[in-house]
Amino acid sequence: MPARTDIRSILLIGSGPIIIGQGCEFDYSGTQAAKVLRQEGYRVILVNSNPATIMTDPEYADATYVEPITPEVVTEIIARERPDALLATLGGQTALNVSSTLARTGVLQRHNVEMIGAGLEAIEKAEDRGLFKSTMEEAGLECPRAGYARSMGEAMNIARDIGYPVMVRPSYILGGGGTGLADNEEDFIAVARYGLEMSPVSEILVEESVFGWKEFELEVMRDCKDNAVIVCSIENLDPMGVHTGDSITVAPIQTLSDREYQDMREDAIAVLRAIGVETGGSNVQFAVDPETGKRLVIEMNPRVSRSSALASKATGFPIAKIAALLAVGYTLDEIANDITQATPASFEPALDYVVVKIPRFDFDKFPSAPRKLGTSMRSVGEAMAIGRTFPEALQKALRSLENGHSGLNAEPNEEGLRQLSEADLGRRVVEPTPDRIFAVGEALRRGWSVDRLSELSSIDPWFIDQMAEIVEVRHELVDDPSDMALLAEAKRYGFSDVQIAYLTETTPENVRSIREAAMIRRTYQRVDTCAAEFVARTPYMYGTFEEESEVVEAERPRVLVLGSGPNRIGQGIEFDYCCVHASFALRDAGYETVMVNCNPETVSTDYDTSDRLYFEPLTIEDVLDVIDAEKPEAVIVQLGGQTPLNLAAALEAAGVNVAGTSSTSIALAEDREQFSEICANLGLRQPSGGTARSAAEALDVVDQVGLPAMVRPSFVLGGRKMRVVYSVEELGVYVREIYGDADPEVVGAPILIDRFLESAVEVDVDAVFDGSELLLGGIMEHVEEAGIHSGDSACVTPPPTLSGEAMKEILKATRDLAAALSVRGLINIQFAVKGDEIFVIEANPRGSRTIPFISKATGVLLARVATRVMMGATIEELRAEGMIPEHTTPPFVAVKNAVLPWDRFPEEDSVLGPEMKATGEVMGIGEDFGTAYAKALLGGGRILPDRGRVFVSFADRDKPTGLAVAQAFVMLGFELVATPGTARYLSHHAIDAEVVPKIGDGPDDVAQRLDNGEIQLVINTPRGGKARTDGRTIRQAARGHQVPCVTTVRGGLAVARSLRAGPGAINRPRSLQEWHR
Amino acid sequence: MKHRPALLVTSDGELFRGHSVGADGIRTGEAVFNTSMTGYLEVLTDPSYAGQVVVMTAPHIGNYGVTETDAQAGRPHVSGFVTRAMSRRDSNWRSEGSLGDYLVSNDVVAISGVDTRRLTRHIRDRGAMPIAMGSEATEGELREAAAAAPVMSGQDLAGKVSTREEYTVRSAGETQGTIVAIDLGIKRDILTNLTLRDFDVVVVPYSTPIARILDLKPDGLFVSNGPGDPEPLHVTTETIRGLIGKVPIFGICLGHQVLGRAIGADTFKLPFGHHGGNHPVRRMEDGKVEITSQNHGFAVDLWSLVDEDIPERDGLVGSELLPERVSTPYGEVLPTHQNLNDGTVEGMRLLDAPAYSVQYHPEAAPGPRDASPLFDGFVDAIHKGVT
Ligand SMILES: Nc1ncnc2c1ncn2[C@@H]1O[C@H](COP(=O)(O)OP(=O)(O)O)[C@@H](O)[C@H]1O
Ligand SMILES: Nc1ncnc2c1ncn2[C@@H]1O[C@H](COP(=O)(O)OP(=O)(O)O)[C@@H](O)[C@H]1O
Ligand SMILES: [Mg+2]
Ligand SMILES: [Mg+2]
Repeated sequence: MPARTDIRSILLIGSGPIIIGQGCEFDYSGTQAAKVLRQEGYRVILVNSNPATIMTDPEYADATYVEPITPEVVTEIIARERPDALLATLGGQTALNVSSTLARTGVLQRHNVEMIGAGLEAIEKAEDRGLFKSTMEEAGLECPRAGYARSMGEAMNIARDIGYPVMVRPSYILGGGGTGLADNEEDFIAVARYGLEMSPVSEILVEESVFGWKEFELEVMRDCKDNAVIVCSIENLDPMGVHTGDSITVAPIQTLSDREYQDMREDAIAVLRAIGVETGGSNVQFAVDPETGKRLVIEMNPRVSRSSALASKATGFPIAKIAALLAVGYTLDEIANDITQATPASFEPALDYVVVKIPRFDFDKFPSAPRKLGTSMRSVGEAMAIGRTFPEALQKALRSLENGHSGLNAEPNEEGLRQLSEADLGRRVVEPTPDRIFAVGEALRRGWSVDRLSELSSIDPWFIDQMAEIVEVRHELVDDPSDMALLAEAKRYGFSDVQIAYLTETTPENVRSIREAAMIRRTYQRVDTCAAEFVARTPYMYGTFEEESEVVEAERPRVLVLGSGPNRIGQGIEFDYCCVHASFALRDAGYETVMVNCNPETVSTDYDTSDRLYFEPLTIEDVLDVIDAEKPEAVIVQLGGQTPLNLAAALEAAGVNVAGTSSTSIALAEDREQFSEICANLGLRQPSGGTARSAAEALDVVDQVGLPAMVRPSFVLGGRKMRVVYSVEELGVYVREIYGDADPEVVGAPILIDRFLESAVEVDVDAVFDGSELLLGGIMEHVEEAGIHSGDSACVTPPPTLSGEAMKEILKATRDLAAALSVRGLINIQFAVKGDEIFVIEANPRGSRTIPFISKATGVLLARVATRVMMGATIEELRAEGMIPEHTTPPFVAVKNAVLPWDRFPEEDSVLGPEMKATGEVMGIGEDFGTAYAKALLGGGRILPDRGRVFVSFADRDKPTGLAVAQAFVMLGFELVATPGTARYLSHHAIDAEVVPKIGDGPDDVAQRLDNGEIQLVINTPRGGKARTDGRTIRQAARGHQVPCVTTVRGGLAVARSLRAGPGAINRPRSLQEWHR
Repeated sequence: MKHRPALLVTSDGELFRGHSVGADGIRTGEAVFNTSMTGYLEVLTDPSYAGQVVVMTAPHIGNYGVTETDAQAGRPHVSGFVTRAMSRRDSNWRSEGSLGDYLVSNDVVAISGVDTRRLTRHIRDRGAMPIAMGSEATEGELREAAAAAPVMSGQDLAGKVSTREEYTVRSAGETQGTIVAIDLGIKRDILTNLTLRDFDVVVVPYSTPIARILDLKPDGLFVSNGPGDPEPLHVTTETIRGLIGKVPIFGICLGHQVLGRAIGADTFKLPFGHHGGNHPVRRMEDGKVEITSQNHGFAVDLWSLVDEDIPERDGLVGSELLPERVSTPYGEVLPTHQNLNDGTVEGMRLLDAPAYSVQYHPEAAPGPRDASPLFDGFVDAIHKGVT
């Protein structure tokens, strides 16, 4: 059947902010869908609150709503746009949940909007665990024994008759949120209670545990003629009990015989039919008992997912794009396979390589959370690698993660493992953690048997034996470093030059030249969906060590764009957004574009984005090899965040032309002394500061700069381990934490100490500099005061409180710094404004997190402008080209708000600080700040009360400024309750607040009141740096009851202003196209 | 890892290096690649591979070991086996032993560590060709052997794998009748599919005369899969010709090609054949697509029965690439299935007699079983009988 003509316009719902369990894979899928649906001539209406997405670039839809994805707002959008159809299956759980609400509440029917892809019934059958199981049973498919409960009582009974261990899962939850395993009744009570709280419908499923079984996943596509294909099969290296999203996964399946695989294939298709997914992609998860082969259905998602993005990148089969086409009536055999162009999409990709995905974790940022992996997803990103064999792919994936590993051990930092006692090592093999794989590697090095390790870890012996082969090659290489055949073998096993250098006691550079001499060169093969059976038209490549390379000559000059690698806190989708725009800008300027990246979730690794895609790790070795193969004119390192930036120096050293700002300038900005000198010369203020190499020195520095002080170790970036200390005692504690008992001189890592600018206004600036002219991207004023990491703080543009003077000064400072650092391209600067004094906090000569936000606000595609400038164009020329409009001030107030992963780390204190913890961001757009901020809060999932009781508790230093907040809430008609100190202070200033005892000081303390549901909002600013305080307990209690909790004074004020805006304004959506008209 | 080096040389002179993971000695055969990601034992033991060296495009082979019940015949039939990475460790609850041991004890020369993608691309671009491979052989010896190796076309390979003696396989349940299966290299799973549908199956040699077959009072005649070129199978072709209309006939793979020749169609050699488990086939009657298991180097040319010129292909494969129907001495013949990758005939049905056939493998083994209902179709045809 050709495309449907009875529908003309389609509403596409995105997935909102990046959160754990819902990453940028949904920008990849949404962008593909929007693109292809417009090509098919449909009017596309899109809603997504996440400004850092490509899909929300106005060119991808006819009407783009950067608005909160709530039933109310989407209802409004439907009323305004009157779409004929709603495609709910491409925006993750968010889109699915909102859509089913709209269907259930009759909104869709009222505006006669048809759900295409998956209908309400299918969604409910798949999402409601109870319904799902009964559906499976009817279809003759087996699930783990289970029952579902709406109360603790019910839960206990079910658990008892299933028998422990059991698994608990809330209904309507993604990423395993609120799930858990319990071995006994005691654990169970905790897990079950939390699960019931987490579930929006307070319903949990209590299920037989199959911990330790093998876990598999199949990606299925089905069309309206009931044609079904398996696009990709995935095997988890980590067994059942570790969330798929947190597991190392392998495609295709390696340890099933054809009979078992075909049985699973038929089950998967049967699941889709039973659930009733009319068209599109779904993933079905299975558990298999390694002893008996018994197979259970675990779950299915009736939508594209994280794993379907992975599957698309792993096979070259664009699931989301095809799902969109199927939704409008095409059948698989009517759609061409993009890569061969001669064969249809109605086939099952054949792989002649192995794909390994490894999740990336940021546990260091959440020290209170145990590093253990379980059924609730904790990873913040992932890297994917393609190799001809599993060992090669595994080692490539490990070095793609960028967390200090160059492969499976065989590197300097394996020392720690070598020190471990046998017992400790055993423990690390047993317990699933992000580092378990390295423990297994070390155990193999020590000669532990494959069977023993498989026994301990429940990892399939086949995978462990493959790792054993890696270790054998390692030993052989050590025995005879001069054997070139061995060296070649090692490269085929995925060893990096860094590992080989370590094993053969030389330098990576030397290994490289030895390889060159011995002609051991990387070859590039194509991901072609068909194992070379047909000619591949699309240059989607991966590197390996085979006998011929499939790189073809280019017609046009090439420019290489280096991506940003796996998502992590501090470096996420924003940077991929910039890289994608770089590629587009270069294409438009007539270059052939080459993208290098290893993040499967992204738009940059869509083979449609650039002329050529290299799915490779972003290490100097891998990147230089791609450069040797492609010989680009220039390499873009400015837009992928710290990852490519860290390669700049080495690239230039290797004679590569780095586009724009040179590595020396980059170093200049990062070197504290030199940067301070530059500021001094330009007459720019910086917080007074100094460097300490011992506790004593630290005290001296503090004597000079004064307290409070901002302290951080010089050796960590990204705000890691940064802290504000208010007293000499706190300073002492901090110094001890950093150095322990080690002698700082030996550690050789000084502590940087700055005067902490209290209650200062922080400002972010993004700009492009071409050597003479500066194009201001925008000035963003932070909502939270300086001291809250720029990535965690909300920010506003245009700046509401900055004076014209301040703005001028900031603009001048930006220009001066850009010139002094001889920037060609982007620069991002953070200032702190205190009174009429302006301080420079830091300058980054690169694309920043705020580029997408500011581009959406102003309509200027900064990343594109910057790319052209890096390639030599002047801003004037680009203005002439029409790339830069005349006036670039937004026609509205735009607020960016950070989204934090507290629900994944219940153990962690939800207080904001100088170390970034946000996983994503949302944008709120409105006529005034109140509305914009309210939308930004709502978009981030913060539902604010419009009446009730506010609990206020200010640290002493915040009491003066806190007054205004208290006042504001009183005027909004809220009642105040406060801790004794705060209450006393308020009453002194004629604001009365009911006194509640501090935690433990009485029967009716705050926690108690929260339990009773008597408090609707908490404003609690942290006292000092002490880890365990009442504040923490209160914040945690608030979180437990989903009571919004504000931890800064300015944040409190902003909330008050947003409440003043009222719900009316929030639910008045407007498309970017309308705003910028 | 210490390996015994081995070499592979193609008849057009390309050299490939690897190491031996099977028996010693030199082997020659026509190199074909198979893109199935699972089912190596089924492939090794499929008699249709007689005379061929199979190159597996999936890199890791041997992962789940060997399970006798998966085998399609009592022994391997390939002339040689080529992989990128043979697993030394097998892991699966069904495994009865490692593939390496199996290859050695069954005297199969196998070479691993080969750049199978380069070899596959070579075959794809130049067509299936003879090769020579072995562990204790010099490059020179192999070059000569490769050059001397026979090409597929014209070889009567089915004769080599067909049973010498007639034998009967009993139906799984209460028997509903007798199917005579002409053995051109029949796979076990085909027999299982027939006996599971409650028929006794008498498997007869490929040269069995019509009289003998009629003596067996068959309720249905099955013509099996098998290796190589259908052209030399004159006896079998005659037999089938004589039985059209006398007994319901179902043919698979080589059996399909022989039926094609029996009704007067030509057969031709495909550049590198279809060997894998992911080939899309369109069912003409309702346009539905089946993902099929395939293994053949030759195909039926229905255009040889019509004197129109063959339409040009533009874009994806469409039904216009096949004649709507063709008339033969045995009445009208309908193309029933089409390959969506290259447009070739995947199935046909006679309209005036109960006889039909498919080029691909409804029994799968290995591969998807989307098409297994075809066996039920055969059962229905048998119940209807000849009218
Ligand atoms: N019955 C069970 N026993 C043990 N582990 C389980 C069980 N069910 C699920 N898991 C584990 O929990 C993870 C998350 O469960 P899943 O049903 O996939 O929820 P989600 O919607 O988060 O993907 C799975 O990947 C699996 O590893
Ligand atoms: N001297 C200071 N006074 C107040 N806040 C500061 C000071 N120095 C840094 N900060 C806060 O710490 C955050 C992180 O510091 P920054 O130097 O930007 O590190 P990063 O490299 O992580 O961005 C800033 O966004 C700012 O809010
Ligand atoms: Mg899951
Ligand atoms: Mg900063």
